[in-house]
Amino acid sequence: MHNNLASRLQGSDLSCVRDDRILFEELCFELNSGQVLLLEGENGSGKTSLLRILCGFREPDAGQVLWCGHAINDSQYYDDMAYVGHLDGVKKELTVLENLKVSLALGQRGQYSIAQALLKVQLADFEDALVQSLSAGQKRRLSLARLLITHNTLWILDEPFTSLDKQGISLIESLMTEHCKNGGMIILTSHHDIALPSVDVQRILLS
Amino acid sequence: MALFYAFIAIIRRDLLLAVRRRSEIANPLLFFILVITLFPLGIGAQPHLLQAIAPGIIWVSALLAAMLSLDSLFRSDFDDGSLEQILLSPYPASILVLAKIIAHWLVTGLPLLIVAPLLAVFLGMPTQSLGVLLLTLLLGTPVLSLIGAIGVALTVGLRRGGMILSLLVLPLYVPVLIFAGNAVEMAGSGLPVDAQINILISILCLSLVLAPWPTAAALKMSVN
Repeated sequence: MHNNLASRLQGSDLSCVRDDRILFEELCFELNSGQVLLLEGENGSGKTSLLRILCGFREPDAGQVLWCGHAINDSQYYDDMAYVGHLDGVKKELTVLENLKVSLALGQRGQYSIAQALLKVQLADFEDALVQSLSAGQKRRLSLARLLITHNTLWILDEPFTSLDKQGISLIESLMTEHCKNGGMIILTSHHDIALPSVDVQRILLS
Repeated sequence: MALFYAFIAIIRRDLLLAVRRRSEIANPLLFFILVITLFPLGIGAQPHLLQAIAPGIIWVSALLAAMLSLDSLFRSDFDDGSLEQILLSPYPASILVLAKIIAHWLVTGLPLLIVAPLLAVFLGMPTQSLGVLLLTLLLGTPVLSLIGAIGVALTVGLRRGGMILSLLVLPLYVPVLIFAGNAVEMAGSGLPVDAQINILISILCLSLVLAPWPTAAALKMSVN
């Protein structure tokens, strides 16, 4: 179970410049256990760039990201975070089960077993199906199942609701609520309205 | 221990993927066989000439086959986002990258070793140099995969990195080609080849230790 009540992610004076265009500058935020940070803004306003900076894929042009008070490269950050991006990050020639086993080997065992996680995201009957035979929404659910089987405190989600149906969206919302109740934290971008009534949601509007 | 499981999981995954997409194994191997079988046809009925240049033919073909297979090393992982997940893993990226390189060698390098003796006989290579040929391929082809990985990692983010990749990687392949080719030739004349083999061993050890780091760093730049 999670024992991460002291976890904290801070961004201080972050800025990002792309092709001489300032996407954002002097952006500060602090995210604590149990909170959600929702990034809003138009297309091209730098939401994904900010997420990729938070993942450590991109260096911020100024400022720094701190995990529990340490720079993300010198801390336990990568033990504690998981990212689901635009790309699903699953191999289409492998089965659902094989994909999840690899993800599990690459991380640390989390709250749920693979079977439980598949039940949660309603893919239980597809264990041995090749991923290429799944629909786009099912692939999305599979990549979200990865969050459940590995240990992580911080979820970074880039448009998690893309190609999910209504039922899928409410499913993910309930998983997110549960994660926050357990002391986790979530950063996400979304064009959909999200309904997380019992969770402390911060919003950052990038423009 | 967990790192060891992750290492094995990556190798297992890549081997499984190779089995599911067979063309990846077949392509370099087929290329290797085709190039070598075309030489006797091109040169004509000159068995002595063929015998003399056989080590060169085999090694140059192996080198080109390795080049041909390089792009598949990180391409599909880059395209479907698996590479991001590998880099975000808490384990050192260089170790996981080494697992990918080893799997790649098992899929594209090892089959060359298996058919090479057959093709060597076909070119009329003296039997006393067959063992040395195998040994040089065993030591040399992993180096091709390891050095090639650095080049692929640098160019995987580019849409058309093929040309740059060859320019980056081929010069670094030259030492392997020189020592391996020379060793096989000397062995054919019954001369000792310890020096060349030792140099190949040291090149292999060096690249085994040094290549994964720049590869991992270059991949981090490429996913940016």
